[in-house]
Amino acid sequence: MRAKKTDSQYTLSSRKKKNFTTAMGFLIVPLLFYTFFVIAPVFQAAYYSLFNWNGLGPITNFIGFKNFVTIFKDSVFLTALKNNFLIIVLSLLLQLPTALILALAIGRRFKGSTFFRSIFFLPFILSEIIAGTVWTFMYNPQFGLQNTTLVNLIPALKNFSFLGDPKHVFYSIFIVIWWKYFGLHMVIMIAGLQNIPDEVVEAAYVDGVNNFQLNWHIILPLLKPTILISVFFSIIGSLQTFAIIWAMGRGDPVHAAETMVTYLYKFGFLRFSLGYGSSVAIVIFLICLVFNILYQRSITGQEQQSG
Amino acid sequence: MKLVKLCLAAFIICTLGFLVRINAADQVTISWWHLDTQTDYQAEWQKMADDFMAKHPNVKIEITVLENEAFKSKIATVMQSGNPPDLFRSWGGGVMNEYADAGLLKDITKDVVGTKWGKSIGKGAFGVYSYHGKYYGAPYDMGAVGIWYNKAIFKKLGIKPFRTWSQLIAGVKKIKAAGIIPIAVGEGDKWPGHFWWVYLAVRIGGKEAFNAAYSRKGSFKDAPFVQAGKKLKELVSLNPFEDSFLSQTWNDEAALVGNGLAAMDLMGQWAPYTMASEATNKKGLGDDLGWMPFPLVEGGAGKPTDVMGGGNGYIIGKNAPPETVEFLKYITSLKNNSLLAGEGRITPVVIGADKALKDPNQIAIAKAASKADYYQLYYDQYLPPAVGEVVKDAVQTLFAGTKSPQEAAQMIDDSFVANKK
Repeated sequence: MRAKKTDSQYTLSSRKKKNFTTAMGFLIVPLLFYTFFVIAPVFQAAYYSLFNWNGLGPITNFIGFKNFVTIFKDSVFLTALKNNFLIIVLSLLLQLPTALILALAIGRRFKGSTFFRSIFFLPFILSEIIAGTVWTFMYNPQFGLQNTTLVNLIPALKNFSFLGDPKHVFYSIFIVIWWKYFGLHMVIMIAGLQNIPDEVVEAAYVDGVNNFQLNWHIILPLLKPTILISVFFSIIGSLQTFAIIWAMGRGDPVHAAETMVTYLYKFGFLRFSLGYGSSVAIVIFLICLVFNILYQRSITGQEQQSG
Repeated sequence: MKLVKLCLAAFIICTLGFLVRINAADQVTISWWHLDTQTDYQAEWQKMADDFMAKHPNVKIEITVLENEAFKSKIATVMQSGNPPDLFRSWGGGVMNEYADAGLLKDITKDVVGTKWGKSIGKGAFGVYSYHGKYYGAPYDMGAVGIWYNKAIFKKLGIKPFRTWSQLIAGVKKIKAAGIIPIAVGEGDKWPGHFWWVYLAVRIGGKEAFNAAYSRKGSFKDAPFVQAGKKLKELVSLNPFEDSFLSQTWNDEAALVGNGLAAMDLMGQWAPYTMASEATNKKGLGDDLGWMPFPLVEGGAGKPTDVMGGGNGYIIGKNAPPETVEFLKYITSLKNNSLLAGEGRITPVVIGADKALKDPNQIAIAKAASKADYYQLYYDQYLPPAVGEVVKDAVQTLFAGTKSPQEAAQMIDDSFVANKK
């Protein structure tokens, strides 16, 4: 018996070691990929950002942190920054509540619930470029939905320019972002809803709550972790918005719909200033990093609170 | 017998192996990027490639067709990765010069200077594809930007082609009063609109103003450039463009004219072809399409013979096989240049190809281009790429009314100073 005990203790730590080496064996390849394709380029971009370099030929022209000073002095970048934050705010105010309300409406199984879930999720499956191109056609002043359909419903829209008016173009594009991504958040929340045990809901009904009280006082608090996940993805996604903007006018006219990433592409690549573009990339990276850290901190803080 | 058979078999195998080795050794691939997405135009380029490949069996030409704006984005990134295609579309000027400075283009000077090929193409046109005395490609089209107009609409409203800017303004007001869109402009693409500002600068400041600004004896903030902005503002304030013009593309612009909905369009020599292919009837205005040179601005220093325009050509990447030059010579042969000229797609550059021009508009353009003493390549290609982008952005602000003519000129000058080599 004693021999067996020592045996099993011995086996436990060697098994742990074995598990660890197995794990490392599987992890080493992805880790290499991650280092090579994600970590290393960040350092490379940080290096390039210190130069005023046109991207052609060897790197030349060291200027230190001047690029970063230029970034924050450029009114176009500040517009882009403002637009990114506007996407975040509008997403949190409009997109997520829409997703939540729909999730609550069709989260539980009923006849046709799968059908609705599918069609609401469909826009998310489209590539951003396709979605943007299709909506650009719909917004076309000559042959789009406007002149054929919308003016019959809302006559005031006759001379309304969706993508051609600098005052409207950002919001016209936001509608497309809303349409495209609310399905994703809805599905995330439905998954969260299904984690709520039926007993809780039944018990609440027995206690005589109406639907509103059920949702507001019981379901929502239980759904909090899921909502936080949605918020996180929404914010990170908003900070990186590029393709949908590019497909619907490339941020123009007059940079009204510019975001930080379209700014990077235009002022970095298209204007042959790879050093400057790299510095914009570093700024975006730092913003995302800071947000991530603050977010994780506040979440763990809350978890500790609700204990 | 067996031995003979064996020897014969060995001989055949060796010969085949030898041939295969030769072909494998000599097989070259030329990657060719062009922008002509229209089905029939694509087919013509393909035919040239097929004919060349038939005559040179060891050459394989791989064609990539990209839409205009997509091409500009893609070529920028490909150049920055240091891996240019072998043969690709170019408009010469500062953009090409930037690539040449970075050593990304093949120097073909020895194939051009003093050769039969070099002499077969107009000197001025060929010069657009040279930099510091070295040649990097060749043109097949070099024309002029001018105002294309709907002759039927003009006749109906009793308007004659404009000789002066005030006549143009008066004409625009008349057309607008008749409920027709006076001018189509695809300002979403930005380069169509910038033609207006550049031509105004050419008419107001002439060669002297541009050369002064370019050589830094003057600047792009000088009076002629601010005046150009003011004149453009005068035009924009009349609201002469189509709805949503700030987000429209060149193709939208062409469709409007081709469908008879807009009366005028400031565009290059390639316009009629695109207008026809974009029009619903696939034929465009046909004989109703007229061309007039850009009007003179009263009090301007520019000469009536001054031309703003450009063309099309191909330049050669640094890694291209030598057969690429041969292929370029084939594309710019008298036969092929006359073919495209006869179809009204280009203003030919090969000496003698202009005889193939049938369209009176194209003949007028060819004449104007050849008579020009001051020939200004459009700024977005002539100036370094970064400055070209700023010019387009600055002019878009004038169209949108978000900046003043002085601010726009300042923007351009600042960018030029920052990017001057």
